[in-house]
Amino acid sequence: MTSNQIIFLITAAATLGAALYVVTARNLVHAALALIATFFGVAIIFVLLQAGFLAAAQVVLYIGAIAILIIFAIMLTRRVMQDTGPQTNRIWGVAAGLSLITFSALLASFRLVPSLQQVTPAAQPSADQVIKSLGFAFVDPNQYLLPFELASVLLLIALIGSIVIAADRK
Amino acid sequence: MVPLSWYLALAAALFCVGVYGVLARKNAVAILMSIELMLNAVNINLVAFWHYLTPQVPSGQMFTMIVLTVAASEAAVGLALIISIYRRRNTVIAEEIDLMKW
Repeated sequence: MTSNQIIFLITAAATLGAALYVVTARNLVHAALALIATFFGVAIIFVLLQAGFLAAAQVVLYIGAIAILIIFAIMLTRRVMQDTGPQTNRIWGVAAGLSLITFSALLASFRLVPSLQQVTPAAQPSADQVIKSLGFAFVDPNQYLLPFELASVLLLIALIGSIVIAADRK
Repeated sequence: MVPLSWYLALAAALFCVGVYGVLARKNAVAILMSIELMLNAVNINLVAFWHYLTPQVPSGQMFTMIVLTVAASEAAVGLALIISIYRRRNTVIAEEIDLMKW
Protein backbone atom coordinates (compact mmCIF):
# COMPACT_ATOMS: atom_id res chain seq x y z
CA MET A 1 0.00 0.00 0.00
CA THR A 2 1.57 3.22 -1.14
CA SER A 3 1.35 6.55 0.65
CA ASN A 4 -1.02 7.86 -2.02
CA GLN A 5 -3.43 5.04 -1.32
CA ILE A 6 -3.34 5.71 2.41
CA ILE A 7 -3.99 9.43 1.83
CA PHE A 8 -6.82 8.54 -0.54
CA LEU A 9 -8.47 6.16 1.92
CA ILE A 10 -8.29 8.63 4.82
CA THR A 11 -9.62 11.48 2.66
CA ALA A 12 -12.38 9.33 1.18
CA ALA A 13 -13.50 8.15 4.62
CA ALA A 14 -13.53 11.72 5.98
CA THR A 15 -15.36 13.02 2.90
CA LEU A 16 -18.03 10.33 3.03
CA GLY A 17 -18.47 10.74 6.78
CA ALA A 18 -18.93 14.49 6.39
CA ALA A 19 -21.34 13.94 3.48
CA LEU A 20 -23.41 11.51 5.57
CA TYR A 21 -23.52 14.10 8.35
CA VAL A 22 -24.73 16.71 5.83
CA VAL A 23 -27.79 14.64 4.94
CA THR A 24 -28.58 13.42 8.47
CA ALA A 25 -27.74 16.35 10.76
CA ARG A 26 -30.64 17.87 12.68
CA ASN A 27 -28.98 21.27 12.99
CA LEU A 28 -28.67 22.86 9.57
CA VAL A 29 -25.71 25.07 10.50
CA HIS A 30 -23.77 21.97 11.51
CA ALA A 31 -24.79 20.38 8.21
CA ALA A 32 -23.40 23.39 6.34
CA LEU A 33 -20.09 23.13 8.22
CA ALA A 34 -19.92 19.42 7.34
CA LEU A 35 -20.62 20.41 3.73
CA ILE A 36 -17.52 22.63 3.85
CA ALA A 37 -15.53 19.64 5.13
CA THR A 38 -16.86 17.56 2.22
CA PHE A 39 -15.83 20.23 -0.31
CA PHE A 40 -12.38 20.32 1.25
CA GLY A 41 -12.07 16.54 0.99
CA VAL A 42 -13.00 16.71 -2.68
CA ALA A 43 -10.31 19.39 -3.14
CA ILE A 44 -7.75 16.99 -1.64
CA ILE A 45 -8.95 14.29 -4.07
CA PHE A 46 -8.33 16.77 -6.91
CA VAL A 47 -4.79 17.34 -5.63
CA LEU A 48 -4.25 13.55 -5.60
CA LEU A 49 -5.41 13.52 -9.23
CA GLN A 50 -2.86 16.24 -10.05
CA ALA A 51 -5.50 18.82 -10.92
CA GLY A 52 -4.08 21.66 -8.83
CA PHE A 53 -5.99 24.42 -10.56
CA LEU A 54 -9.30 22.66 -9.97
CA ALA A 55 -8.41 22.10 -6.31
CA ALA A 56 -7.83 25.85 -5.91
CA ALA A 57 -11.04 26.62 -7.82
CA GLN A 58 -12.90 24.16 -5.61
CA VAL A 59 -11.69 25.89 -2.44
CA VAL A 60 -12.35 29.40 -3.75
CA LEU A 61 -15.69 28.72 -5.47
CA TYR A 62 -17.31 26.06 -3.35
CA ILE A 63 -16.01 26.91 0.10
CA GLY A 64 -15.58 30.62 -0.50
CA ALA A 65 -18.79 31.34 -2.38
CA ILE A 66 -21.38 28.55 -2.41
CA ALA A 67 -20.95 27.45 1.22
CA ILE A 68 -21.15 31.07 2.44
CA LEU A 69 -24.31 31.60 0.34
CA ILE A 70 -25.86 28.49 1.86
CA ILE A 71 -24.99 29.57 5.40
CA PHE A 72 -26.55 32.97 4.71
CA ALA A 73 -29.70 31.31 3.40
CA ILE A 74 -29.88 29.09 6.49
CA MET A 75 -29.55 32.09 8.79
CA LEU A 76 -32.15 34.10 6.83
CA THR A 77 -34.72 31.29 6.93
CA ARG A 78 -34.01 29.86 10.34
CA ARG A 79 -37.04 30.92 12.35
CA VAL A 80 -39.42 28.31 10.96
CA MET A 81 -37.23 25.26 11.42
CA GLN A 82 -36.26 25.30 15.06
CA ASP A 83 -34.19 22.12 14.71
CA THR A 84 -36.90 20.14 16.45
CA GLY A 85 -39.02 17.37 15.07
CA PRO A 86 -37.99 15.07 12.27
CA GLN A 87 -35.84 16.57 9.53
CA THR A 88 -36.81 13.89 7.04
CA ASN A 89 -40.11 13.31 5.29
CA ARG A 90 -42.25 10.18 5.25
CA ILE A 91 -40.47 8.43 2.40
CA TRP A 92 -36.99 8.51 3.91
CA GLY A 93 -36.88 4.70 4.07
CA VAL A 94 -37.70 4.47 0.38
CA ALA A 95 -35.07 7.13 -0.34
CA ALA A 96 -32.41 5.22 1.64
CA GLY A 97 -33.28 1.97 -0.14
CA LEU A 98 -33.24 3.65 -3.53
CA SER A 99 -29.86 5.25 -3.00
CA LEU A 100 -28.40 1.96 -1.66
CA ILE A 101 -29.72 0.13 -4.75
CA THR A 102 -28.23 2.83 -6.99
CA PHE A 103 -24.89 2.52 -5.20
CA SER A 104 -24.73 -1.26 -5.49
CA ALA A 105 -25.82 -1.08 -9.14
CA LEU A 106 -23.02 1.40 -9.86
CA LEU A 107 -20.48 -0.81 -8.06
CA ALA A 108 -21.72 -3.88 -9.94
CA SER A 109 -21.47 -2.04 -13.24
CA PHE A 110 -17.73 -1.56 -12.65
CA ARG A 111 -17.35 -5.32 -13.11
CA LEU A 112 -19.00 -5.12 -16.52
CA VAL A 113 -16.07 -3.02 -17.75
CA PRO A 114 -13.11 -5.39 -17.58
CA SER A 115 -10.64 -2.79 -18.83
CA LEU A 116 -11.41 -0.63 -15.77
CA GLN A 117 -9.25 -2.88 -13.61
CA GLN A 118 -6.15 -2.52 -15.77
CA VAL A 119 -6.29 1.21 -16.43
CA THR A 120 -3.04 2.86 -15.45
CA PRO A 121 -2.50 6.60 -15.57
CA ALA A 122 -1.30 7.72 -18.98
CA ALA A 123 2.02 9.57 -19.16
CA GLN A 124 1.53 12.70 -17.11
CA PRO A 125 2.50 16.07 -18.52
CA SER A 126 4.17 18.31 -15.96
CA ALA A 127 1.99 20.49 -13.73
CA ASP A 128 3.12 23.64 -15.54
CA GLN A 129 2.17 22.09 -18.84
CA VAL A 130 -1.31 21.17 -17.56
CA ILE A 131 -2.04 24.71 -16.33
CA LYS A 132 -0.66 26.21 -19.53
CA SER A 133 -2.74 24.03 -21.83
CA LEU A 134 -5.83 24.69 -19.69
CA GLY A 135 -5.28 28.44 -19.88
CA PHE A 136 -4.77 28.37 -23.65
CA ALA A 137 -7.81 26.13 -24.11
CA PHE A 138 -9.99 28.72 -22.35
CA VAL A 139 -9.18 31.47 -24.85
CA ASP A 140 -8.52 29.45 -28.02
CA PRO A 141 -11.37 29.92 -30.54
CA ASN A 142 -10.71 26.41 -31.83
CA GLN A 143 -11.11 24.89 -28.38
CA TYR A 144 -13.24 26.24 -25.56
CA LEU A 145 -13.62 29.99 -26.09
CA LEU A 146 -17.37 29.72 -26.74
CA PRO A 147 -18.21 27.60 -23.63
CA PHE A 148 -16.01 29.92 -21.58
CA GLU A 149 -17.89 33.02 -22.75
CA LEU A 150 -21.23 31.24 -22.38
CA ALA A 151 -20.28 30.37 -18.80
CA SER A 152 -19.61 34.04 -18.04
CA VAL A 153 -22.95 35.06 -19.61
CA LEU A 154 -24.66 32.34 -17.55
CA LEU A 155 -23.08 33.71 -14.37
CA LEU A 156 -24.24 37.23 -15.26
CA ILE A 157 -27.79 35.98 -15.90
CA ALA A 158 -27.79 34.07 -12.62
CA LEU A 159 -26.52 37.18 -10.79
CA ILE A 160 -29.25 39.43 -12.21
CA GLY A 161 -31.90 36.75 -11.87
CA SER A 162 -31.20 36.00 -8.22
CA ILE A 163 -31.21 39.72 -7.36
CA VAL A 164 -34.57 40.14 -9.12
CA ILE A 165 -36.07 37.04 -7.46
CA ALA A 166 -34.84 37.76 -3.95
CA ALA A 167 -35.40 41.54 -4.02
CA ASP A 168 -37.91 42.78 -1.48
CA ARG A 169 -40.35 44.96 -3.42
CA LYS A 170 -42.83 46.64 -1.18
CA MET B 1 -0.87 4.28 -7.27
CA VAL B 2 -4.58 4.50 -6.54
CA PRO B 3 -6.73 2.40 -8.89
CA LEU B 4 -9.28 4.26 -11.00
CA SER B 5 -12.11 2.16 -9.58
CA TRP B 6 -11.47 3.56 -6.08
CA TYR B 7 -12.18 7.06 -7.31
CA LEU B 8 -15.27 5.86 -9.13
CA ALA B 9 -16.48 4.06 -5.99
CA LEU B 10 -15.97 7.22 -3.90
CA ALA B 11 -17.86 9.29 -6.46
CA ALA B 12 -20.69 6.73 -6.61
CA ALA B 13 -20.98 6.71 -2.81
CA LEU B 14 -20.99 10.52 -2.63
CA PHE B 15 -23.61 10.69 -5.39
CA CYS B 16 -25.87 8.21 -3.60
CA VAL B 17 -25.57 10.12 -0.32
CA GLY B 18 -26.69 13.18 -2.29
CA VAL B 19 -29.61 11.24 -3.82
CA TYR B 20 -30.75 10.21 -0.35
CA GLY B 21 -30.52 13.81 0.86
CA VAL B 22 -32.54 15.18 -2.06
CA LEU B 23 -35.28 12.58 -1.61
CA ALA B 24 -35.48 12.49 2.18
CA ARG B 25 -34.75 15.98 3.57
CA LYS B 26 -37.61 18.31 4.37
CA ASN B 27 -35.78 21.61 4.37
CA ALA B 28 -35.32 23.15 0.93
CA VAL B 29 -31.86 24.50 1.81
CA ALA B 30 -30.79 20.98 2.84
CA ILE B 31 -32.04 19.68 -0.53
CA LEU B 32 -29.85 22.27 -2.28
CA MET B 33 -26.85 21.17 -0.17
CA SER B 34 -27.46 17.56 -1.26
CA ILE B 35 -27.53 18.67 -4.90
CA GLU B 36 -24.12 20.25 -4.37
CA LEU B 37 -22.88 16.87 -3.04
CA MET B 38 -24.08 15.16 -6.22
CA LEU B 39 -22.38 17.77 -8.43
CA ASN B 40 -19.14 17.21 -6.50
CA ALA B 41 -19.38 13.47 -7.12
CA VAL B 42 -19.71 14.11 -10.85
CA ASN B 43 -16.65 16.38 -10.71
CA ILE B 44 -14.58 13.62 -9.06
CA ASN B 45 -15.59 11.26 -11.87
CA LEU B 46 -14.67 13.77 -14.59
CA VAL B 47 -11.27 14.59 -13.10
CA ALA B 48 -10.47 10.91 -12.42
CA PHE B 49 -11.19 9.92 -16.02
CA TRP B 50 -9.18 12.93 -17.25
CA HIS B 51 -6.21 11.93 -15.07
CA TYR B 52 -6.24 8.27 -16.09
CA LEU B 53 -7.23 8.41 -19.76
CA THR B 54 -6.45 11.77 -21.40
CA PRO B 55 -4.11 13.89 -19.28
CA GLN B 56 -2.72 15.62 -22.40
CA VAL B 57 -6.10 17.06 -23.41
CA PRO B 58 -7.62 19.70 -21.09
CA SER B 59 -11.24 18.70 -21.86
CA GLY B 60 -11.81 16.85 -18.59
CA GLN B 61 -10.79 19.85 -16.51
CA MET B 62 -12.83 22.09 -18.81
CA PHE B 63 -16.00 20.08 -18.18
CA THR B 64 -15.34 20.32 -14.46
CA MET B 65 -14.97 24.10 -14.69
CA ILE B 66 -18.30 24.34 -16.53
CA VAL B 67 -19.94 22.15 -13.87
CA LEU B 68 -18.48 24.44 -11.18
CA THR B 69 -19.94 27.50 -12.96
CA VAL B 70 -23.36 25.90 -13.33
CA ALA B 71 -23.26 24.82 -9.67
CA ALA B 72 -22.53 28.40 -8.60
CA SER B 73 -25.40 29.82 -10.68
CA GLU B 74 -27.72 27.07 -9.50
CA ALA B 75 -26.90 27.77 -5.85
CA ALA B 76 -27.43 31.53 -6.30
CA VAL B 77 -30.79 31.21 -8.09
CA GLY B 78 -32.00 28.35 -5.88
CA LEU B 79 -31.24 30.17 -2.66
CA ALA B 80 -32.85 33.36 -4.03
CA LEU B 81 -35.99 31.33 -4.77
CA ILE B 82 -35.98 29.85 -1.27
CA ILE B 83 -35.60 33.28 0.34
CA SER B 84 -38.39 34.67 -1.84
CA ILE B 85 -40.71 31.76 -0.93
CA TYR B 86 -39.83 32.22 2.74
CA ARG B 87 -40.82 35.90 2.54
CA ARG B 88 -44.19 35.19 0.95
CA ARG B 89 -45.26 31.96 2.63
CA ASN B 90 -43.05 31.85 5.73
CA THR B 91 -41.86 28.30 5.14
CA VAL B 92 -38.83 26.50 3.72
CA ILE B 93 -40.28 22.99 4.04
CA ALA B 94 -40.54 21.49 0.59
CA GLU B 95 -43.79 19.64 1.35
CA GLU B 96 -45.60 22.84 2.30
CA ILE B 97 -44.70 24.59 -0.94
CA ASP B 98 -47.62 22.99 -2.80
CA LEU B 99 -49.26 25.92 -4.56
CA MET B 100 -48.88 24.24 -7.97
CA LYS B 101 -49.74 20.74 -6.74
CA TRP B 102 -52.49 19.19 -8.82
